[in-house]
Formats: sequence, C-alpha cells, structure tokens
Amino acid sequence: MSAPALTAMQQGLQRCETCGLLSRPAPGEAEGRCPRCDEELHFRKTDSLRRTVAYLIAAAICYLPANFLPVMTTTTFAGSESDTIMQGVVLLWSPTGWPLSLIVLFASIMIPSAKIVALLYLVFTVRRGSIETPGQRVRLYRLVEVIGRWSMVDVFVDTFTVALIQLQPLMSVQPAPGLFFFAAVVVLTMLAVESFDPRLIWDPASSKEASHV
Amino acid sequence: MPRESANRALADVALVACPNCDLLQRLPAITPGQTACCWRCGTVLWRRRVDSLNRTLALAVAAAVLWMIANSVPMLGLTTVGREAFTTVIGGADLLWQHDQQIVAVLVFFAAVLAPALQIGVVLLVLLAARRERLPAWIGWVLRHLPLTRTWSMIEVMLLGVLVALTKIAEYATVIPGHALFALFALVFVLAAMQSSFDPREVWSRMEWAQADARPSPSEPPREASA
Repeated sequence: MSAPALTAMQQGLQRCETCGLLSRPAPGEAEGRCPRCDEELHFRKTDSLRRTVAYLIAAAICYLPANFLPVMTTTTFAGSESDTIMQGVVLLWSPTGWPLSLIVLFASIMIPSAKIVALLYLVFTVRRGSIETPGQRVRLYRLVEVIGRWSMVDVFVDTFTVALIQLQPLMSVQPAPGLFFFAAVVVLTMLAVESFDPRLIWDPASSKEASHV
Repeated sequence: MPRESANRALADVALVACPNCDLLQRLPAITPGQTACCWRCGTVLWRRRVDSLNRTLALAVAAAVLWMIANSVPMLGLTTVGREAFTTVIGGADLLWQHDQQIVAVLVFFAAVLAPALQIGVVLLVLLAARRERLPAWIGWVLRHLPLTRTWSMIEVMLLGVLVALTKIAEYATVIPGHALFALFALVFVLAAMQSSFDPREVWSRMEWAQADARPSPSEPPREASA
C-alpha cells in the first residue's frame, strides 16, 4: 500500500483515548465527545508539555530531600541510627546481598534521575520541532513508562522493614521524613509520564511527510 | 460550562489511529492469536486472543481468590531471641500510618491492595456483563478506569521490596515466609496472564453507544461477529 503517511489529526479526526474509536468533531471545534463512550476528546493531550515540565520540576525539587534525608531510623540499646537510601544500599552490600544492593541502587537512585533527564530531553526535542529519530524517542518514552514503577521498590522495603522490626525494647525501626519525599518523586515522575503525549514526538515528522505527498 | 457536542463517528470502524504516532491506518482482518502493529512505529494496535473473554474471566476469578488469600493471612514473620512477629500487607501500611507517614501509608495501601483489587473487579464486572449480547453504557464508564488501576497496581514491585527487606532482616532474625507471600507470587503471574488475554476492543465493539443514533450500521464488522 503506498498511501501517504497521514495522521488522524491531519485528517481532522480524533482518537478516543478510552475506547480507541475515531470520530470527527463538529466543524471548527477542537474539542468534542466520543459518540461511543462519551469521553472528552482532544487532538492532543491538553497542555501536555507544560504539565509534564511542571511535574518534573516538582519531582526534581523532591529528589534532593529524598536522597539526603534519612528514610529509616533504627533504635537499639546502643542508641538510634538513621539511614538514607544510599546508606541502605551500602548496608545491603555483602558477598551474598550484592545483587539486591545493585537492584536498589538502580531502582531508587538511577531510575528516578534517568526518568527526569529522559523526559526533559523528550520535551526539549518536541519543543524544537525535531524530526530526527522519532521512532527511537517513542521507544525511550515507552521504556521510561515501563521501568518507572520499579522505583517504588524502596518504599516497600522500608514499609515491611518497619512492619516487622518492632521488637521493643530490643530493636525497632521507624520511618523517617526522607521516605515521604522519595515516594513523592516516584509519584510525580509517574504523573509526568502520564501527562506527556507521545504523538507530539511524531507530529513534526508527520507534517514533513505529508508536505512531500 | 456548556457540554461539548458529540463527534460524528466514521462509517468504517476498522479505520484506527496509532496511540503513539497518530498514523491513520486500517486494521487488517487478523485471526485470533494474531497481533496487528502500527506499520510506522510498531506499536501494538490490536492483540486478538483465542476465546479472550472466557479465558480472561477464568483468570480474573483465580486472581480474585488469590487476592483474598494474600490479604487475609500473614505475609512475613520473624523469630529472634524468643520473640515472634508477623505482618500482613495491610499491616505494613497500618504501621506507617501509626508512625505519622499517612500519605506514604495510603500510597502503599493503594498500590499493593486497592489498585489490584480494582483491576480484578473491573475485569470481572465487565466480563460478567459481556455475557449479554449488548453491553449497557455504564460498563464503558467502569472499563475506562482499567488502565489507571493497571498503572498503579504494583504487586510485583512490592514482592521485590519484600525480598530486599528479608535479606536485610535475615542478619538479625530468622525469617518465616507466610502463606500470603506464595499467594502474591502466584497473583503476579495470574494478573499478567489476565491482562494479556483480555481484548478490550471486543468488549467496546458490543457497547451501547452514548449517542445511539450515531452508531454506524451495519453495527459490527463481519470478522468480529464470527468470534
């Protein structure tokens, strides 16, 4: 088939994000409703880039206290000691525990920062109207979407360590303020991913292709 | 605020746009078991499954049973110097709440308990309603929340977290895995299978339309009628 590569938007059609149906808005209207499932329709997610950047800035602000404040406090006879996420990674490092230590290092420290950098890069290239490697950039977006949830792992580690080690007065573990900021980073980056519209990546390339037909 | 007017549907329901690149294309007439991908960016457009609705229903019932076991018996325990302690999944969230981490406690409860329950509940409700010929429009309202529950349902992430916590705790105490741990492990696989066997397109094609008169006729493409 040698049909010209045209997008639904160029044809004046809207795809329902809920049920997938294509439909045509009333003449001159940019917004409408899906005739099948009644969902509000737009050509692209509303204010996608601005909302994504806003969530990313909020996540970047929380990233510092998430990493520098302790997430857990351990109380024993000898006194109490607080650990940050990085100290948790170091404590886990042992001849048998090092693979898990690496997993926590990746999930808690590298993935959140990589997510912020990757999404900023995507927003930047879309703003610039880049037509280069749209396929790879969409794959990057899908990757960020899939691995992002694994950052939550440290929240669960701390939850169940706290839940189990309540052996007062022998030894007890309490959550510390860093945990809230860390959870906030994970949630905010997930919301940033959700707000970003991957179709924006392809739009400049699509209009270039269409103009050659 | 005035309500936006409804869009006009296309006569050809096989015409779709790629969710990732918006390319307009016609879905090929694939048979159950085959998958249709966008020819520009490779995104999966339609995954047609053999006997999708019945198999998904069976998996959803299994998932519901596993979820109930996972949340009613202890998940982890430990013994050290004559002391014993046990916790359930909800107990973990409850302890965070008691230690003034209410927001994180709600997040843990949502991701580990409530979102998986909603995910299973939505699929069960939709599939039981789908045994009828035509689906009422409110089923569409339920089904639209499925992607949200899937995004926030994080049992597999929680299990990895439990594994790390166990490794840490094993230094101080003897750890006892509870029955819920095995139920959760099975639930991860059953949920993944349920998700991949479910074909929402088949359900949507039988939904009553919000704009009943806008429904194109003939109402169903021939290849879906044979399924």
